[in-house]
Amino acid sequence: MSAIGELQRLNTSTGGPPRKRDTKAALLFLLPWFAGILLITAGPVAASFVLGFTDYNLIQPPEFNGLENIQRMLTDERLHHSLGVTFTYVFVSVPLQLAAALGLAMLLDRGMRGLPFYRSAFYLPSLLGSSVAIAVLWRQIFGAEGLINQMLGFFGIEGTGWISDPDTALSTLIVLNVWTFGAPMVIFLAGLRQIPVMYYEAAQIDGAGRWTQFRRITVPLLSPIIFFNLVLQIIHAFQSFTQAFVVSGGTGGPSDSTMFYTLYLYQRGFHSFDMGYASALAWLLLLIIAAFTAVNFWAAKRWVFYDD
Amino acid sequence: MTDLRERTHELPAPVPEKAVKLPGAGRSIAKHTGLILLTLVMLYPVIWMVVSSLRPNEEIFRSPGVLPDSFRFENYSEGWTALASPFGHYLINSAIVVLGCILGNLVSCSMAAYAFARLEFTGKKLWFAIMLGTIMLPIHVIIVPQYVMFSQFGWINTFLPLIVPKLLATDAFFVFLMVQFIRGLPRELDEAARIDGAGHPRIFLQVILPLMLPALATTTIFTFIWTWNDFFSQLIYLTDPEMYTVPVALRSYVDATVSTSWGSMFAMSVVSLLPIFLAFLVGQRFLIKGIATTGIK
Repeated sequence: MSAIGELQRLNTSTGGPPRKRDTKAALLFLLPWFAGILLITAGPVAASFVLGFTDYNLIQPPEFNGLENIQRMLTDERLHHSLGVTFTYVFVSVPLQLAAALGLAMLLDRGMRGLPFYRSAFYLPSLLGSSVAIAVLWRQIFGAEGLINQMLGFFGIEGTGWISDPDTALSTLIVLNVWTFGAPMVIFLAGLRQIPVMYYEAAQIDGAGRWTQFRRITVPLLSPIIFFNLVLQIIHAFQSFTQAFVVSGGTGGPSDSTMFYTLYLYQRGFHSFDMGYASALAWLLLLIIAAFTAVNFWAAKRWVFYDD
Repeated sequence: MTDLRERTHELPAPVPEKAVKLPGAGRSIAKHTGLILLTLVMLYPVIWMVVSSLRPNEEIFRSPGVLPDSFRFENYSEGWTALASPFGHYLINSAIVVLGCILGNLVSCSMAAYAFARLEFTGKKLWFAIMLGTIMLPIHVIIVPQYVMFSQFGWINTFLPLIVPKLLATDAFFVFLMVQFIRGLPRELDEAARIDGAGHPRIFLQVILPLMLPALATTTIFTFIWTWNDFFSQLIYLTDPEMYTVPVALRSYVDATVSTSWGSMFAMSVVSLLPIFLAFLVGQRFLIKGIATTGIK
């Protein structure tokens, strides 16, 4: 069961018969985890909430400035722009990536010859995709004289400088994210494997075509996994940083066209050392991601199907 | 939905199930041709980079092909020495961080997982929910106060901010992975050990841990790849060139040599990807099982 399925059902499961408590042992085994929650996770989350209402540059002690950071967010046009860039990135690249993942997983299903080979070949980019090296490569490939334009030139087409053109720079990053469809594909493959073949056989006997089989058998039975991939990939895409940073040389350019939210946060926090504002930005990101996840969970009631 | 792991245990060896509709030979050939073409398209950029890392700079901008035509090994020696320290220095720094993180995750996550999977304690459900929730917590939310805290400890430009969190089981993803694994182990084994007088530390160390090797291997490989690739936190915490890890060094290389020597830049990119590729070759089985079980990149 996935982490998300687990979360969805935590409050519905009935615990087994009461058993002896092992409080002492539990404390011992969870000691590092408790320390981590306190010092590394919850503490900083709370601290960044407080810092979000301050003016803080790391050198002078933080100074409360009330709602100033929030007012600033409302009028910060670069912030609004970077939200637009991030939403475009998330809502274009995630559906494309998942569609590719599901499509390929269905093509590869059920003991076809060469499956391990294809699975590995498609999966490899997911491991490489978040590295600086691949971002460097992307810079060249989509550069004015890069690989793509060399190939287009072969057909007599003159390409633009994909990365230096504000209209196309973001698309190169979307392509990069779609390129890493292998990880969700592997999850889909594992899910498809669990759908009993007899359902399809029965459907065929009833004269159902491939499309009907897909709609009536594959989608409902795979829906928990589709949901899981959707939630995870959205969260993941909201947090993309490396590619935009390296491809744009840390600027988010050209003309802020690749200014991901995380990149803007990094610039405010770690370039301008505007830590109070950066904390407020971090909390906004948390709220956005939480809101999308909540909407996803809410919508899931309508289309995700658990067979037990 | 039943437990994925149980079913995917046998994963890499595909069970040759009977296809629902036996495709004709023609269709099968078409399908394989399509898939092989797609594989080529997918891997083309990477192959092209490897070949280009051996080309002189002007060639890179003229040769979209991947047939090795020239062998300019100087790209590698030039790239190796292009920064303040030889590239090996950054490889060693990355290796130290990676090793620390692997060790930290193995010890702390397995301990937490044992507690969640086998022990009864007050508020277990709540803690477990919190643990699952932290899987989805973006690092960006905590990085600012964390940075403030670590800089007060004087830990900036040390590897501690990268390693210490792993010693405290903050990679909840692995805790979850291991909880799932331990739940699949028969409880009779614990009971037998308990009857023989073993306490929880002994049951954990002598019964559970040895049986958890596959989950530990998955954790090791994922931690390796994620830490090796991680850029955001390494960029923030390591600003002294002496302390640079591979991704940070590679990025500073890009800024230093923009479009002047792509050959040597590709060469070092290839060097930086090599460990990932090797980990992939060695650990494919665990990687695929791992993401099929818990489903995170």
